[in-house]
Amino acid sequence: MTSSETIIDVKGLNKWYGDFHVLKNIDLEVRRGERIVICGPSGSGKSTLIRCMNRLERHQEGTIIVDGTELTGNVKGLEKIRREVGMVFQNFNLFPHMTVLDNLTLAPIWVRKMPKREAEATAMHFLERVRIAEQAAKYPGQLSGGQQQRVAIARALCMNPNILLFDEPTSALDPEMIKEVLDVMVSLAEENMTMVCVTHEMGFARTVADRIIFMDGGEIVEQNSPEEFFSNPRYDRTRQFLSQILHH
Amino acid sequence: MFKLKEQLPALLTQVLVVGAILYVALQLFHNTQANLEARNIASGFGFLTVEGGLPINDSLLPYSPADTYGRAFAVGILNTLFVSALAIVLATVLGVIIGVARVSGNWLVAHLAAVYVEVLRNVPLLLTLFFCYSTLLAFLPSPRTSLVPLGDIFINNRGVYVPRPLFEDGMGWVVLALVAAIAASAALVRVSRRMRDETGRGLHSGWMSLGLILGLPAAAYFLAGQPLEFDVPVLSGFNFKGGMVLRPEFSALLIGLVLYTAAFIGENVRSGIQSVDAGQLDAAKALGLSPGPIMRKVILPQTLRVCIPATTNDYTSLIKNSSLAVAIGYPDMVSIGGTIIGQNDQAIEIIGMWMAVYLTINLVVSLVMNWFNAKVQLVER
Amino acid sequence: MSEQLKTFIPSPDAPPPVADAGVLLWLRTNLFSGWFNSVLTVLAVLVLAKTIPPLISWAFTNAVWSGGPDACDGAGACWAFIADKARVMLIGTYPQELIWRPLAAAILFAGVIAATASGRFGKGVLAGTWPLLFVAAVWLVGGGAGLTEVDQSMWGGLMLSLGLAAVGILFSVPFGIILALGRQSRMAGISSICIGFIELIRGVPLITILFMASVMMPLFLPVNLQINNLLRVQVGIILFSSAYIAEVVRGGLQAVPSGQLDAAKALGLSNWMITLFVVLPQALRYVLPSLIGRCIALFKDTSLVIIVGLLDFLGMVKAASQDQNWLGHEVEGYVFCAVVYWCICFGMSRYGRSLEKRGPQTKR
Repeated sequence: MTSSETIIDVKGLNKWYGDFHVLKNIDLEVRRGERIVICGPSGSGKSTLIRCMNRLERHQEGTIIVDGTELTGNVKGLEKIRREVGMVFQNFNLFPHMTVLDNLTLAPIWVRKMPKREAEATAMHFLERVRIAEQAAKYPGQLSGGQQQRVAIARALCMNPNILLFDEPTSALDPEMIKEVLDVMVSLAEENMTMVCVTHEMGFARTVADRIIFMDGGEIVEQNSPEEFFSNPRYDRTRQFLSQILHH
Repeated sequence: MFKLKEQLPALLTQVLVVGAILYVALQLFHNTQANLEARNIASGFGFLTVEGGLPINDSLLPYSPADTYGRAFAVGILNTLFVSALAIVLATVLGVIIGVARVSGNWLVAHLAAVYVEVLRNVPLLLTLFFCYSTLLAFLPSPRTSLVPLGDIFINNRGVYVPRPLFEDGMGWVVLALVAAIAASAALVRVSRRMRDETGRGLHSGWMSLGLILGLPAAAYFLAGQPLEFDVPVLSGFNFKGGMVLRPEFSALLIGLVLYTAAFIGENVRSGIQSVDAGQLDAAKALGLSPGPIMRKVILPQTLRVCIPATTNDYTSLIKNSSLAVAIGYPDMVSIGGTIIGQNDQAIEIIGMWMAVYLTINLVVSLVMNWFNAKVQLVER
Repeated sequence: MSEQLKTFIPSPDAPPPVADAGVLLWLRTNLFSGWFNSVLTVLAVLVLAKTIPPLISWAFTNAVWSGGPDACDGAGACWAFIADKARVMLIGTYPQELIWRPLAAAILFAGVIAATASGRFGKGVLAGTWPLLFVAAVWLVGGGAGLTEVDQSMWGGLMLSLGLAAVGILFSVPFGIILALGRQSRMAGISSICIGFIELIRGVPLITILFMASVMMPLFLPVNLQINNLLRVQVGIILFSSAYIAEVVRGGLQAVPSGQLDAAKALGLSNWMITLFVVLPQALRYVLPSLIGRCIALFKDTSLVIIVGLLDFLGMVKAASQDQNWLGHEVEGYVFCAVVYWCICFGMSRYGRSLEKRGPQTKR
């Protein structure tokens, strides 16, 4: 159940890489508890947009307000935001020199100053949540892609975020492993976690999303509920994209 | 089956090449014998047991000019090992600092580190050594006007003089106490860790260990009647007598080696840091980690794994570079060997000994580093 | 179904905002971001403030640039010392009246360097010119065949350093390539000799090799054959460098994809042709930057010849600073020496880096 409270507020966002105008006048509001899927062709700026939301990328124009704090160069505000916003990456980015358990407890210990026992208990709880508790002592290199991504999700959850960002979480996975990760994401959605996902998985979007946003060429072309989006796209560009992507 | 016809050309070539080399070697051998006879140079290692009469200032072993050449050479080997080991430790510490500084977000610090690296890598080490040595000598006063930072410590252009500890009978107990304290501390840490895992609360093992390591030996020291005397350096005439001395030759060699090698290690560390996947940085930032823990817990551990092979190279280079001691008068193995050659012309034996020792040292270092490298490799399936 | 589909008109690209980099913003992000960085900046500025001004006043403002030993008062650097000894530091005790010969060699050298650095000449032309340059330089400096001979004991200074390095590179690169190929050979006899040689040389310091060349070699030679010290040391340097070059080339050989060998064999090329025309060119291209690094190291290593009695650049500087008239000015000598070495080595490493970017890409 989405509340009416806006948790991410993007206004007039413009970003350039050098001379390349990669994000053009983005306006976006995400409400608490809402599940957003962002889709679009590659190069449309979708990853850049969500990476701006936790300031992994810096924007030159416009404002981004996350959970009441504006994203600027201010370091204190940034630390606060990154504690509340979790991110799952396409390439998992697990720390290869640490065990699964250490991967999960690192941030709670060092950022939230949790005692080690409590951090480990939390970690085990979330490892069970993503159904991978038995791998706690293993190293990422010993796990399959699907297992690693589930660990990555658990790692983000350990910080008790209010928002989860997903940057193409299944794009680097072999097909048979996509389902196990999507299942975890669906269960998170059912618990009313605010989620912003960049993904090509339209089945997931149809099931879980409250709103689908289609981006192309750095701007939002259209956004709508899944039913409307898939059956009544308003722009030719959207229809063209849908026809390409739904032909799997 | 053994195809003679196919293998013939290869066999023939090998036989020819090896044969040619053997032939040349034989000729060289004959020439050498003739030359040695003509110049009346002895052969063999008998000279090692002959009294040398070499004065050596810096020695880790008790040594006097009445000792044999063999002992003198042994002193040289120890000096080489000592200065190399110390330099490796210091250069590694400095090198990591420089490497991290190079990639720092602080513009000033990053550029200063870059200047340091570029200057030291493009100037010959020998020049750096000469420079350090002459600067050190130029800035230090003569023994009569030594700097006295503390009590009985004197700094002048003959070296840094400190009191030499003289161990008397009771010292054995103190050493024993120290060993016991270390063992107890290790056990304490293990117990504490287990307690913390069980109950969430451990002992303050760090402080307790410190207390043990300082306290037990101290207690033993006093109980044994303070078995420690000091041979204090005393100015007599133009020089100091007694005490221990750290000579400017040693200091210059150490400083030069450390500064030079740290530049190379710094470059290794820098390229190691930059080779860590960018996604690691992303993930660490996204988790909210601040720059300090990011570097210490995420980036540097992965860096160090990557730069071990290159750093091993730098270590063996440092050990070989320590031979430059001969140019500034520190009595390392090459210095002493060179002096012996000057006295008895037995160059072949000495050069052979040098090669054997350096090869052995480098072999050991490579083996240790390879073992270390294998141990820290990422666990994969 | 749906109404008329609207055509999506993409917004035009706008130019990025003018860099909002006020000086204050730059300072904040680069020098004072966080308390740790701020402390570091302050410390660094303090250190610089304490060292740079005295350095500048020593090296420039209070320095004495010309005159005799009395002109130097000690408050500043005595560059007059360098001016007085420059000839000796650069060309050793070479006869004064024949100075045009090393000068001519230096001009030729500079010309060929400029031609190489400009990148306008092909590899073949360069590969032919450099050896010719060395031959010409040796003839000009040493004499023989029309020019009066100048004994090698009078060669010294920077000229000697460059000469040792140049001849060293000229001979050790081919020899190193041969060693690397020998190491890869499937003939056990040859490969073990090569491996033994390479590992032996690489495991010991250059000084021991120089001692071997200088002190031991006369013992190896037939009683009536004498080789002068310079030549012996040069041989030692060549042997030393070739072992390291062999290792660098070995890395390059291993980097050549095995598909290349397969293709070449399928074309019917013989082993020698494959090595010469397919494998080696690619291998060398991969490791060209490392090779240049080895050349820089070789040039720096020539400074060690002072230990076996040759007075190269560093040796001459040191010897010059022992002159009774000019005592106490070692530091100026060392600084001058360092500046020259730095310029040459840094220039070479810049060239190497530009090759990395310019040449056929060193794909992994």
